Amino acid sequence: MDSPPLPPPILIIEAVEKQFRRGTETLHILQGIDLQVRRGEFVALMGPSGSGKTTLLNLIGGLDRPSRGRVAIDDQRIDQLSDRRLAAWRARHVGFVFQLYNLLPVLTADRNVELPLLLTSLNKARRRQQVALALRVVGLTDRARHYPRQLSGGEQQRVGIARAIVTDPTLLLCDEPTGDLDRKSGDDILDLLQALNRDHGKTIIMVTHDPHASARATRTIYLNKGQLSATAVA
Amino acid sequence: MRFLHLIWSNLKRRKLRTLLTLLSIVVAFILYGYLSAIARAMDQGVSLAGADRLIVRHRVSITQPLPESYLRRILAIPGVQNAAHASWFGGIYQDPRNFFAQMAIIPEAYLDLYPEFLLPADQRLAFIRTRTGAIAGRRTAQKYGWNIGDRIPIQATVWVRQNGESAWEFDLVGIYDGAEEGTDTTNFYFHYDYLDEARAFGQGLVGWYMVRVQDPDQAATVARLIDAEFANSPQETKTETEGAFLRGWAQQIGDITTIMSAILSAVFFTILLVTGNTMAQSVRERTEELGVLKAMGFDNLLTLALVLAESCLLAILGGTAGLAIAWFLIASGDPTGGALPIFYFPRQNLLWGILIACGLGLAAGWLPARQAMRLQIAEALRRI
Ligand SMILES: Nc1ncnc2c1ncn2[C@@H]1O[C@H](COP(=O)(O)OP(=O)(O)OP(=O)(O)O)[C@@H](O)[C@H]1O
Ligand SMILES: [Mg+2]
Repeated sequence: MDSPPLPPPILIIEAVEKQFRRGTETLHILQGIDLQVRRGEFVALMGPSGSGKTTLLNLIGGLDRPSRGRVAIDDQRIDQLSDRRLAAWRARHVGFVFQLYNLLPVLTADRNVELPLLLTSLNKARRRQQVALALRVVGLTDRARHYPRQLSGGEQQRVGIARAIVTDPTLLLCDEPTGDLDRKSGDDILDLLQALNRDHGKTIIMVTHDPHASARATRTIYLNKGQLSATAVA
Repeated sequence: MRFLHLIWSNLKRRKLRTLLTLLSIVVAFILYGYLSAIARAMDQGVSLAGADRLIVRHRVSITQPLPESYLRRILAIPGVQNAAHASWFGGIYQDPRNFFAQMAIIPEAYLDLYPEFLLPADQRLAFIRTRTGAIAGRRTAQKYGWNIGDRIPIQATVWVRQNGESAWEFDLVGIYDGAEEGTDTTNFYFHYDYLDEARAFGQGLVGWYMVRVQDPDQAATVARLIDAEFANSPQETKTETEGAFLRGWAQQIGDITTIMSAILSAVFFTILLVTGNTMAQSVRERTEELGVLKAMGFDNLLTLALVLAESCLLAILGGTAGLAIAWFLIASGDPTGGALPIFYFPRQNLLWGILIACGLGLAAGWLPARQAMRLQIAEALRRI
């Protein structure tokens, strides 16, 4: 029986360690992390609070650099890029979705979604088009001119997702995207992420505490005591 | 400027705070504009003084008169091209508060010496020909609503007429303009002959002389020759260039310019602190937002530029509003109601004002902008 050839890994993490100094103490948060994620995967990252999930996601998204080891995305080592080039790389390749949505309260939904496009060379008309498209994907076309405070949590998170996908990034990184939502709104967000993965082929890595959420992913990995494993450690 | 909307939205975040900061900037710049105009009025004309003109006055004081007969002797001194005299009248028009200078002159000689007073040829002729004729500067004429043909009554404070009356009447035959913005157009001039013939005493006396020298480089020499000519006479003279004369005048009032600079420095320093504090607060309360922007790919330099642009926008908005308001206030008259003969916003100070506004924006935004630039994304987002 021939299985279709697996797509090549889009993310390769090798022997990554991350330490923080707190006073005189050195905290070893990540120790020897190896991970590969293929194009089109929807990976759920679980683990107890304080296990380093956000820290790992930050390393993948180029928000921070590993103390040791390599992080490569699309054959590009990002752990060695200068701040400036790393910023340019993020603008092209990653979209972030945060637990608390993190929209700019002073901007309307469409202006929030437009923000990452300001860093591209697109003109105003093209930016408008892209924003409209992203808002349509998340089903918020009629809320474009609303400010975040005029939207429910679930709606704000959908704006957050629209903002993350508007530049069509290589990777979508979500840190507890449903962590602050009720079951119903959370389910809507998960439906949306699942659709983005299935219908638009988006590669997604999602941190979550919720088994209900991880069930939507194509694969779940666990972080515990600085190590990754394929199964939950009791 | 695709980021303008973002910058503007951030300013609107705390409307009251932005408004108050803006207001204090506006007030500071109004003050700056006003003080510039006053400082300019104080050293009125010093910069515009004719380098080729000398003022000859009584050695003791400008208030002591000189004989009219000096004119011929001055004209005979080598290096003198032209000379004229003027006498202070010091009368009152309707109300003692309506102050403007009135001077008795020989029209032709005086106007020849002061080409910066622009008078149409027909009005000039009428002035020369009309014994009771007078001309007024544009500002004074406008202030009192005078038109050519009006009869202007002026009450003498010193020069009563031979019939014992102190009321004089003049026929306004001309209104002069200034060739430059700083030219004094508040004066009122009339015939010396009219005054001298009708006054009860003081015949044959004049206030001071103005002399034009042939060569400005020889001004000092000519001045010495003039003073030598009248040395050891009952009315000795003191001759100096017009610039020196006016400067001496200004210094009597005190070194106001220095005091004003000190006040302005203090005001701008305060404004710098106010604006800097506004920006610092604004950046502090948006630490997470700045982290999110950086996560999106806004690099450090862009983050720095955005905060600086915001601070500059605030300063320039307030600055231009303040300068514009100052401009209108100054154009509508000086605060003493006429005691400052020239009162305008010098263009140079206006340009400086705009530069100061830009500098204020940069200086006030610098520390917060650097803080925003150096913000570590992971740290900024962790604060949530
Ligand atoms: N900049 C830092 N300096 C010092 N310690 C840090 C720093 N960042 C993270 N840590 C520590 O690293 C550990 C892992 O943090 P991280 O935020 O990655 O955990 P997490 O798995 O995302 O937890 P949670 O589920 O609560 O979000 C924590 O103990 C945290 O205190
Ligand atoms: Mg976390």
